[in-house]
Amino acid sequence: MIPEIGHFALWLALGVAVVLGTVPMLGAARGREDWMAVARPAARTLFVLVAVAMACLVASFVRHDFSVLYVASNSNSALPLKYRIAGVWGGHEGSLLLWVQMLCIWMLAVAQFSRHLPLAVLSRILSVMGLISLGFLLFMLLTSNPFERLFPVPADGHDLNPLLQDPGMVFHPPTLYMGYVGFSVAFSFAVAALIGGNLDANWARWTRPWTNVAWVFLTVGIAMGSWWAYYVLGWGGWWFWDPVENASFMPWLAGTALIHSLAVTEKRGSFKNWTVLLAIMAFSLSLLGTFLVRSGVLSSVHAFATDPRRGLFILAFLAVVIGSSLTLYAWRAPTVGLGARFALVSRETFLLANNVLLIVAMGAVLLGTLYPLLLDALNLGKISVGPPYFDTVFVPLMTPLAFLMGVGPLARWKQAALPDIATRLRWAAGVAVVAALLTGWIAGRISLMASLGFVMAWWIVASLATDLWERVRPAGGMPTHVMQRLRLLPRAMVGMMVAHFGVAAFIFGVTMVKTYEVERDVKMDVGDSTQISGYTFTFIGVRDVAGPNYQAVRGAVEITRDGAKVAVMRPEKRVYRVQQNPMTEAAIRPGLLRDLYVSLGEPVEGNAWIVRVYVKPFIDWVWGGCLLMAFGGLLAATDRRYRVRARREESLPAAVLPGASHA
Amino acid sequence: MPRGWAGLAMLVWALCWPVPGLGKEAAPAAEDPVLEARMVRITGELRCLVCQNQTIADSHAGLAIDLRNQMREMIKRGDTDAQIIDYMTARYGDFVLYRPPLKATTALLWFGPMGMLLVGAAALLIVLRRRQRMGADKFELDELDTAEDKP
Repeated sequence: MIPEIGHFALWLALGVAVVLGTVPMLGAARGREDWMAVARPAARTLFVLVAVAMACLVASFVRHDFSVLYVASNSNSALPLKYRIAGVWGGHEGSLLLWVQMLCIWMLAVAQFSRHLPLAVLSRILSVMGLISLGFLLFMLLTSNPFERLFPVPADGHDLNPLLQDPGMVFHPPTLYMGYVGFSVAFSFAVAALIGGNLDANWARWTRPWTNVAWVFLTVGIAMGSWWAYYVLGWGGWWFWDPVENASFMPWLAGTALIHSLAVTEKRGSFKNWTVLLAIMAFSLSLLGTFLVRSGVLSSVHAFATDPRRGLFILAFLAVVIGSSLTLYAWRAPTVGLGARFALVSRETFLLANNVLLIVAMGAVLLGTLYPLLLDALNLGKISVGPPYFDTVFVPLMTPLAFLMGVGPLARWKQAALPDIATRLRWAAGVAVVAALLTGWIAGRISLMASLGFVMAWWIVASLATDLWERVRPAGGMPTHVMQRLRLLPRAMVGMMVAHFGVAAFIFGVTMVKTYEVERDVKMDVGDSTQISGYTFTFIGVRDVAGPNYQAVRGAVEITRDGAKVAVMRPEKRVYRVQQNPMTEAAIRPGLLRDLYVSLGEPVEGNAWIVRVYVKPFIDWVWGGCLLMAFGGLLAATDRRYRVRARREESLPAAVLPGASHA
Repeated sequence: MPRGWAGLAMLVWALCWPVPGLGKEAAPAAEDPVLEARMVRITGELRCLVCQNQTIADSHAGLAIDLRNQMREMIKRGDTDAQIIDYMTARYGDFVLYRPPLKATTALLWFGPMGMLLVGAAALLIVLRRRQRMGADKFELDELDTAEDKP
């Protein structure tokens, strides 16, 4: 009964989406307030219906209802509760439902927290979001119904893929999807503004906090995924340029370009057309990413052929969304104003250059991800595009970006002078080079690639420090004013600085771990030990342990430093009972300056095992940097000017959600 | 905790410590670490054909283990890196290479990013120069709020 309720709720949701996608839009076109008034209640109803469907699917998982095909394929009676819930998004059908659920959350947030928007604008935005949900609901109901029944009912389920049975599965997909789908808000605002012809500074101001919050979710989501790969895949890599990762990275790059472009559009009214195009691009890439990951096309283009309905629907949906928004763009963009004038050398120009680099980087990732699919589809041979390719094309694009990150924030809006910037940054440049060489020297070895990385990281830090000092330095020689000025810095600016500092920390971590990581692959009998980087790893032995749905061998490796015990690490090798694939669970001792990483290989003669041990310097800075970026984005999204506007224009109390303090 | 207790804890802990001589220095997993490093470097750019996007170096699959052994043999025999990669390509096609070879069908892949950068930079320059030549009346009123720029 429960699956039928969920299924029925989805059909009802489809009906509501049709109404939401048409009535308020037509109302806005004809100036009918009663039609526009449908938007908000329809959005809320849609949210409730999809939430009901979601709850039904969760309930089917929790209750082990293996008469539901999707549950039978992705769960098992021995699966722990948290993974039964996470199993909801463990496959194609449930992921789509999660996607729509997230879309509805954003829709509800827009409906709740945008009361100060003119009714026509809000109606158009919600209508566009309604149309997007319509597409996804249709896709689900026509080709990927998560509530499909299975007869005869199997005795037990096929289990969730063991790779996904990890706490990462509980948090990573929802966070990532929240980010992906969050760009639908910027997209819908842009499309609504194109239709309504109100692309002005207000539009940029409305869009900015929403885009920032979506970007924050996406950043955190990607970082979580990377961390998960790091501890679960066994060899301690943190980014593999896997198409699935690229699928989330492309919208991130476009979104990063978008938040920078929005800054100019809000401040100066310039690049409106470009900003709109980026908003369309970021969301289109989110759609593309969702489908790339979920359609099976990545493992083989021929996966499309096994279920041509899905493939065709996906292609048609992408074509409709991207095609119609670009057509609308081509029609409306020429009428959009140029904004305020700026000189060839100005902060505007630097931000545009940043956008060019980010979008070219996104294009390179897109090219590398789709190229093998295209060649295969055209029967021109099968190739693989992997890390060697991406590293080769990506680093040269990021290097100038890091340089610009130092220069841009110091350049004045409208008109800047290169000699002036050079003078102000000469100390930063010197400090960056000296600090980079010093870092290499302390780490033990100065290499060219490492120095390049360190120079980038220190350059960003030093120019940030210069920027900060120029803003707070005592003008009349009163040192007490420094603290006061520090407090007066707008939160958006602090956010920018924190995020840029995060980039520096990220680059620092990547450079450190790529250059100075020490790895040892050893054969260890009980009592054997090996030393790396001053740590002694002693193998104590292994024992069998039984998990809820797996058998494991758990090793114990004691780590000492200068005779003092640091930790006992317990890496595991698991075999999940249903699907019978072996899984490596590395043991990690994280630290600010280094991670110790132990992973069990294969058993060899006697009680000996192949054990792989690593000392990974500064690797946590990779994710720490991402979290700083995200925190910076959050600070910027909650800047006073959005909150003040919201409070002034809203009759209701200030919102609680972070996404709410937008404007 | 009194100092005495700490001392006792230290003593107990020291007694639990494996006696030197009982455990030995662990041997490298590979017979020849130099050969192993070279093998890992080569297989780190080769795709394991039965896995989902993993290198032969990283994979636990039977095929990958066999191929690693085979490559150790080839290195021992004195083959160069190029010879090994040629052998793998002859056997499995370009699909095995994570660094796609530069040929007619992959020219766009390799030169695409550079091309995009050039086009992007040129477009940026053209747009900016065109803006410079436009009359002031084409632009919106300048409402530069300088508050953010002044300390």
